[in-house]
Amino acid sequence: MTERQSGRGSTLVAVILALFLVVFTLSTIYFFVAQTWWFPKSISTHGATVDIQFMRTLWITGLVFFLAQLGLGWVILRYRDRGERAHYSHGNNTLEILWTIATAVMFIGLGLFAERAWADFQWRGAAPGALQVEVTGQQFVWNIRYPGPDGVFGRTDPALMNDAAGNPLGLDLDDPAAQDDIVTPTMAVPVNREIEVILRAKDVTHSFFVRELRFKQDAVPGLVVRMHFTATETGQYEVTCAELCGLGHHRMRTALLVLPEEEFQGWLEEQAAF
Amino acid sequence: MATEAHALVHEAPRGFIRRYVFSLDHKVIGIQYYTLALVAVFVGIFLSLLMRLHLVWPSAKLPFFDIMTPEQYLALMTMHGTIMVFFVLTTAPQSGFGNYFLPIQIGAPDMAFPTLNMLSFWFTFVSFLVMLAAFVVTGGAPTSGWTAYVPLSALGEVAGPGLGLGQSLWIVSLAIFAGASLMGALNFITTTLDMRTRGMSLLRMPLTVWAWFITAILALLAFAVLLAAGILLLLDRHAGTSFFIPGGLVVSDQLIDHRGGSPLLWQHLFWFFGHPEVYIAILPGMGVVSHVLSTFARKPIFGYRAMVYAICAIAGLGLMVWGHHMFISGMSPYSAFAFSVLTMSIGVPSAIKTFNWIGTLWGGRIYFTTAMLFAIGFVSLFVTGGLSGLFLAQPAVDIYLHDTYFVVAHFHIIMGVAAIFGIFAATFFWFPKVVGRHLNETLGKVHFWLTFVGVYAIFMPMHFIGLAGHPRRYPDTTAVGFLSQLDPVHYFMTIAAFITVGAQLFFFFNLIWSVRKGKKADINPWHATSLEWTVPSPPPHDNFDGRYPTIYRGPYEYSVPGADKDFSPQHEPDGAQTANAGH
Repeated sequence: MTERQSGRGSTLVAVILALFLVVFTLSTIYFFVAQTWWFPKSISTHGATVDIQFMRTLWITGLVFFLAQLGLGWVILRYRDRGERAHYSHGNNTLEILWTIATAVMFIGLGLFAERAWADFQWRGAAPGALQVEVTGQQFVWNIRYPGPDGVFGRTDPALMNDAAGNPLGLDLDDPAAQDDIVTPTMAVPVNREIEVILRAKDVTHSFFVRELRFKQDAVPGLVVRMHFTATETGQYEVTCAELCGLGHHRMRTALLVLPEEEFQGWLEEQAAF
Repeated sequence: MATEAHALVHEAPRGFIRRYVFSLDHKVIGIQYYTLALVAVFVGIFLSLLMRLHLVWPSAKLPFFDIMTPEQYLALMTMHGTIMVFFVLTTAPQSGFGNYFLPIQIGAPDMAFPTLNMLSFWFTFVSFLVMLAAFVVTGGAPTSGWTAYVPLSALGEVAGPGLGLGQSLWIVSLAIFAGASLMGALNFITTTLDMRTRGMSLLRMPLTVWAWFITAILALLAFAVLLAAGILLLLDRHAGTSFFIPGGLVVSDQLIDHRGGSPLLWQHLFWFFGHPEVYIAILPGMGVVSHVLSTFARKPIFGYRAMVYAICAIAGLGLMVWGHHMFISGMSPYSAFAFSVLTMSIGVPSAIKTFNWIGTLWGGRIYFTTAMLFAIGFVSLFVTGGLSGLFLAQPAVDIYLHDTYFVVAHFHIIMGVAAIFGIFAATFFWFPKVVGRHLNETLGKVHFWLTFVGVYAIFMPMHFIGLAGHPRRYPDTTAVGFLSQLDPVHYFMTIAAFITVGAQLFFFFNLIWSVRKGKKADINPWHATSLEWTVPSPPPHDNFDGRYPTIYRGPYEYSVPGADKDFSPQHEPDGAQTANAGH
């Protein structure tokens, strides 16, 4: 070859490249171990399952990452041009079958494991008696509605929606069930009680995301999406929008208060007084 | 096959316009596509730098902007994604290199349909102009992202700036682009099936040809759906139909007069195209990397058949996994199960490819040319970007990671940077054939090192701000409390981005300088085995001057024991090997 490197030149490149791959691999692993930038602590019952599945995936991918990057570094270093003729081989069918089966078992097995966590979270609805909260996204606020003492959400009508008049959800006050509905810009839930979230959107698609709950669900116009979670720790958390919804997407946020049951009832009464 | 090929040869063109502008020659068209991609990548990179500056320095006055508004940021983001995905990652690896080298590598004088080929390029060109026009119309470029989720993209100005005329131009541009891609795909498929020279059986085709061929099939199936989806969206916007817009929408206190449509329908149609599109961008890179690794390891590709099956499996599965973009969209959670398992399965052929690449290097005699360095970089990036995909493929983990920067990091590494490393490897490998001169290897290596370290410095930290829950597509990180702790990472990524983009000047300079001043190249400077290294550099109008080669062996016969040189070209009969290459 006319572009052949001298032995020295190719050794230098091989060493630097292999070294880079080692440094890169180890520093990546360091940041996953150090967890400098990481998930906040989980505060929901299903959150722990999500975290466990994440760590399981991290172990498997981490192992493959480590072996593949360092294996690449090693073959580059070992088989740089040292004047020997290359080994003539078209491959090895046993190896092909072996690593096909190994990766299939590993990756698909991992995927099947994950379904368990998904099924617990998604395949069953909320238990009867869960507290219902309706969350409606609109550019660029969240409207939270509670059914009030009657436990029934009143009728709404898009034709009645009017932000300026303070009726963003179009509550039809001719419906007795609507009269005690509570609509607020912030969300509060009692701790350790299952919440059924009923997600809607008025205008475009939004996504309701609370990091600590490990909860994210799109709110889609025309759909009513029912999800559920149980928060296990009191505190104040941030709700953000995770689906691009327009120029105010980044500021479409509100607070989620997880309160002890009595405090929650007090908070609800306060909101109703408005 | 060879006789048919003769019948298809067209006259060498006379005159500048027929030769260089409206050319029917697949080689000129290939260069036209590549040049278009170069222009597009300039625009796309420039937009990303403006975004990175705005993220760390929100009150700065930037070129073309005063102080950037959120809608301007979203417009840059939309156009960055669209331009990069369509006009760079689809255009250069498939239409650029594929056009130039597919016919030569199979021993054909041109593409099967030269006129269609020319039309396909000029449609793409017009599509690019229409896309750029969105910047200058009233309201500016669209702000709905490259995925253009409805109803945001369907409602017009009322939903936000850029969603009027700008959005319509965006849709029209992509519809034209889809049309052009369909023409190109038909041409690639027909050429591969019908125009192979004597002895070039399917399993003797270079892996580059396999990649372009399978990519063309994917493009045919995927772009047809994008075209249909685009037309439906235009009808919703301008003809009062409601394919995607449900009833009862109230936007800014205005009741929208539509009913019966489904926002999820758009997502299904878009991702039915959008996911295969990822493979349309990356498969040609995989082909090039296999080709380059084998050449510079002086070894046959490890597991050629397994590589072919893996390409087919990736493409086949790639058509059935679009739903993994929609785990939290409100789609049935039961279908998430199927999409998830199918997606995890793609890890298997992808791992096979990786193992075979490492197996090809194993026992080789590796020459570290710049092309080889980029190919090795591709393998590293493909491993990194592929593995982060395993997190996103599981709905239970995706609940948290969906629409965070983790996704942005994942697809930039695997679809963006890895594919671009494929383009760089191909450029350094084939430049001597296209131009007749070498690119400068020293400049090339400086470019490689800065780029390789640089892209990891940009995109590895991005995973971690994703893990911290940073949602993507935020023009401004000040409104949400927990994002402020991530500011240092944003600074680091912005600095890394500027250095990496700066390093690309070495490449552009190298490209321009070497066209005139580069070291002269032989017919077969890399001592390679495939047919493009048997024709002059640059090749004549009909490639083989009417003397079509006969093929005697597979494409990667390097270091054959008993042979008098360490490469056995495809066209040389056994026992007739001569010491020099080809002629």
